[in-house]
Amino acid sequence: MIAAYLALLIPFVGILYFALAGHKTDTGKQNVWFNSVSLLATIWLAINVLNQGTIVSSGKAFLIDPFNVYLIVLTAFVGLTTSIFSSPYMAHEKEIGKLNDTRLKLYYSMYQGFMLAMYLVLTTNNMGIMWVAMEGATLATVLLVSLYRTPESIEAAWKYFILCGVGIAQALFGTILLYYAAVQIGDGENALLWSVLYENAEQLNPEVLEIAFVFLLIGYGTKIGLVPLHSWLPDAHSEGPTPMSAVLSGLLLNDALYAVVRNKMLVDGATHSHLAGYLMMGFGMLSFLVAAVLLHRQKDIKRLFSYSSIEHMGIMTFAFGIGGPLATFAALLHMTVHSLTKSAIFVTVGHAAQVAGTQSIDKIRGLIRTQPKIGWGLLIGTISIAGFPPFGVFTSEFLVLLATMHSYPWLTPLLLLGIGIAFAGLFRHIQPMVYGEKPEGQLPVKANLWPVMIHLALVLWMGLAIPGFLANWFSQATILISGSSPL
Amino acid sequence: MNIAELDFYTQAILSLAALVGLTSFLMLGQGRLLRLIFVFAMQGFLLTLTTVLAAYSLNNHHLYISAVLTLVLKVIFIPWMLRRQVLHMNMHRDIEALNNKTTVMLGGASLMVFSYYVLQPIVQSSPVVMLNALAVSLSVVLLGMLLMISHRQAVAHVVGFMSIENGLFFAAIVATNGMPMVVELGVAFDVLVAAVLFGIFFLHIRTSIDSLDVDLLNKLNEVDK
Repeated sequence: MIAAYLALLIPFVGILYFALAGHKTDTGKQNVWFNSVSLLATIWLAINVLNQGTIVSSGKAFLIDPFNVYLIVLTAFVGLTTSIFSSPYMAHEKEIGKLNDTRLKLYYSMYQGFMLAMYLVLTTNNMGIMWVAMEGATLATVLLVSLYRTPESIEAAWKYFILCGVGIAQALFGTILLYYAAVQIGDGENALLWSVLYENAEQLNPEVLEIAFVFLLIGYGTKIGLVPLHSWLPDAHSEGPTPMSAVLSGLLLNDALYAVVRNKMLVDGATHSHLAGYLMMGFGMLSFLVAAVLLHRQKDIKRLFSYSSIEHMGIMTFAFGIGGPLATFAALLHMTVHSLTKSAIFVTVGHAAQVAGTQSIDKIRGLIRTQPKIGWGLLIGTISIAGFPPFGVFTSEFLVLLATMHSYPWLTPLLLLGIGIAFAGLFRHIQPMVYGEKPEGQLPVKANLWPVMIHLALVLWMGLAIPGFLANWFSQATILISGSSPL
Repeated sequence: MNIAELDFYTQAILSLAALVGLTSFLMLGQGRLLRLIFVFAMQGFLLTLTTVLAAYSLNNHHLYISAVLTLVLKVIFIPWMLRRQVLHMNMHRDIEALNNKTTVMLGGASLMVFSYYVLQPIVQSSPVVMLNALAVSLSVVLLGMLLMISHRQAVAHVVGFMSIENGLFFAAIVATNGMPMVVELGVAFDVLVAAVLFGIFFLHIRTSIDSLDVDLLNKLNEVDK
């Protein structure tokens, strides 16, 4: 349990340290250190869970089980690699005069603030605190979206703030209804604890829980970026600094989905109907198809990949909605590989935009000739996210397809169609950007592509052969969520 | 349900629920920003009263803390901050011409009916009073959204946002006698940070478009221009 407290304490110290110490040249490196220590703490926590099973802290305030512990490690890992990327990236942004010391101070302090909110969402056992932390994540990142202070970025941040704020208010109403159902059967102070609710899920009032789940799905769904609540997402991703896009896509969306799934487990226990699952399948499928079509219309490279994020979150929501062991296993795997691939892509996209001096797809050309590492990174990343074998995204999408064929065969054509449209949408934009002649005077930039290589190598590894301990871990989480083992 | 048969506490809660709902409608039709802020402060005050009443009759001490937090945040700090913005921008004489005022008010009324309809299944397991309280809270939430849609000024959007919070808070107090203390403190903290961030945003929007009319924030969209 000490490891969990440590994982929460380190980013908290980080917020204060970066806010008070002011910006120096090596602040970016210090941020990497903070995140490395966090990663070590979370690995320690994961080993504890692996040895002892589910851990509940003494006051029942925190709950670590196989489902959230792997997301905690993933969060820490992506947080670390993104911070490695962000250090030279932000230094470059400062050199070209887009940022100054005060804003960098805010950036690093809020980077840790965001990490703290993410760890808190994942570790807490209290559904109310989960909401508070989710809202905290919005508040921490909203000023980062407007970090460049351009009219566009301020507009994006305002939209992000209002839409996510109003959206997540629905989730609070859902949580209040959940609490209302819970106080009718149990004591007040402990009634919102997930572990208590889960044990007594049978006795919770099904009517109230059904209404509550609609609100919870709409609320957290805004954060997941489900269509039609997604319009903040491409704006916030395209106008904020690129490291922020990487962590928003890689972590925030995942953690919002985590919150929905936690609530779904309670609702399923109480209602014995498949209502929650159908809702998630519907929203997931809609998001997936709409985003796949919208990929074709994009003109901004970061908007392109944020629509790809919506598409993949749609697939995951859909898979969790199907709900059997195979679909749940696939969704868990997809969460991992999408988060790794997408953050790697945003890292390369950030560098590509710096090389070309613009984010406009029409103006980015000849990346492979200018800086082969960035060009190939972008190409391989896109191949991976489009679901080509042998990458891990292929494995998870294939499993989702299998599960769909098994449970809802008539949905399979839609799924295949969407994957095809999305693939075409990505490649018609990517192909001219990486190949082709380089424009006059386009020069390489200083870039650290280790995070990209590590992420893509991990995704490749998961595509070729999922390591035994990881498969075991996923199947434990699957048993927890869906009740039976996929293997 | 015969009102006269209910105990004093329930009767008072019902009246307060009606008044909270009324303030939401008053805000919806309000074109002057200073009055809008005043009505918002009134709504906060009604919430404080509800909380104190609940704390007193249920003998629940942590609700007093919530009452103080509501009073400080929703009745004093946020209205003060918004008022200062309005005076600073010299907007207090402007009357915002609301499009389709009648439609908006009718829409608000139908949202209220809709709230009752959505929460109808709850009646099977709980007293009718609960339905009233929860439906009023939900309609305050929905009316807050409608307020944000129908007004163009950023200040009105903040009022709408905060009145959504008010609706949620009312539900928490009346239906469940307040959330656990730690959650309530967390929510209050989030509201405080959000209020401060809104203050910062006003500054940024003003320097960027020299106005607080959010309709001018329209550069980002999917349609080619």
